[in-house]
Amino acid sequence: MKVRVHVSLKPGVLDPQGRAIHHSLEGLGFAGVNDVRAGRLFELDVAETVTDEALDDMCKKLLANMVIENYRIEKVA
Amino acid sequence: MAFRSAVVTFPGSNCDRDLAVALEKISGTQCIRVWHGDAELPDNLDFIGLPGGFSYGDYLRCGAIASRSPVMRAVIEAANKGVPVFGVCNGFQVLTESGLLPGALLRNSGIRFVCRDVTLKVENAQSLFTSGYEAGQEISIPVAHHDGNYHADAETLDRLEGEGRVAFRYAGNVNGSARQIAGVLNQAGNVLGMMPHPERAIEATHGGTDGRALFESAIRGMVGA
Repeated sequence: MKVRVHVSLKPGVLDPQGRAIHHSLEGLGFAGVNDVRAGRLFELDVAETVTDEALDDMCKKLLANMVIENYRIEKVA
Repeated sequence: MAFRSAVVTFPGSNCDRDLAVALEKISGTQCIRVWHGDAELPDNLDFIGLPGGFSYGDYLRCGAIASRSPVMRAVIEAANKGVPVFGVCNGFQVLTESGLLPGALLRNSGIRFVCRDVTLKVENAQSLFTSGYEAGQEISIPVAHHDGNYHADAETLDRLEGEGRVAFRYAGNVNGSARQIAGVLNQAGNVLGMMPHPERAIEATHGGTDGRALFESAIRGMVGA
C-alpha cells in the first residue's frame, strides 16, 4: 500500500524558508503569489496489515514534530 | 566523591570532544564517552552531556533521529530520575525533540548560519548549571547554528518565564528566538538546553572564559567544591 504523509508547519509558525522561496519567485517575475509555506512529503510503501492507528503513530512519533507541525495522511492505492 | 560525567556521541556529532575536554579540564576527572547505539549508560553519573554537531546529517529535523536513538531512551530515563543532562546546540535540539524540554528550534529567522560570539544575559542564577553566575550578568559565549530559533506557544513561554526556566537570553536578536530565549531548563531544573557553546569558552586561548562557570556550577552542585 502506498501512503503519502504531508507534513506542514502549523499556522503562525514562522517559515523563513517559505519566505525566501516566496522572495525568489517574486525575483523571477511571478506576480500574485501571496504566501509560500514549505513542507515535506513522505512516500511510504507499507504492508496491507499496517493499520491507520499505526500510521498515525508513525506521524506523531517521528515524521512530524507536533510542537510546530501538522500532518495529513493520504492513501494513494 | 569524584565527579562522574559522560558525553554521548551521535553519528555527526562534532563538539563531543570539546564538551568532554571542558568537563575533564574543569572537574579533573575523566569523562566517559558513550555511543548513540549503547542501550545503557554508565551507573551513578553526575552529568550527561549531549554535544553540538549535525547528528544524522540533520535529516528529517535537527536532532529528530538522534532523539529516537537507543541511548536516548536511557538518557530520558536518567533525566526523569534527576540526573543532570546538558544539551548544547544540536544537543538542545535533541532535548526538545525528545520531549525532555518544551518547544522546538526552527531555522534562524534570517536564514543564514550564525557563527560568532554573542552576549547572553543570565536570567536564572540559581539553577544547578548557573549558580556560578549572578542574575542579570552578561557573558560572552560563541554560537554556531543554522536552526536556533526557539519556538513555543505563548502559554508555554509564559510558563517558562513564570517558573524561572529561562536560563539565558540573548542580549540582541541572534536568530529570531521567541523572547530572545537562548537556554531553557526543565521543570525539575536538572535538564538544561542552550544553543550557545559554553564549552568553547573555557580558557583564555578560546578568546574568553565565560563558559567555565556553567561547568563549575554543575560540578560543585553534584560533588561539592
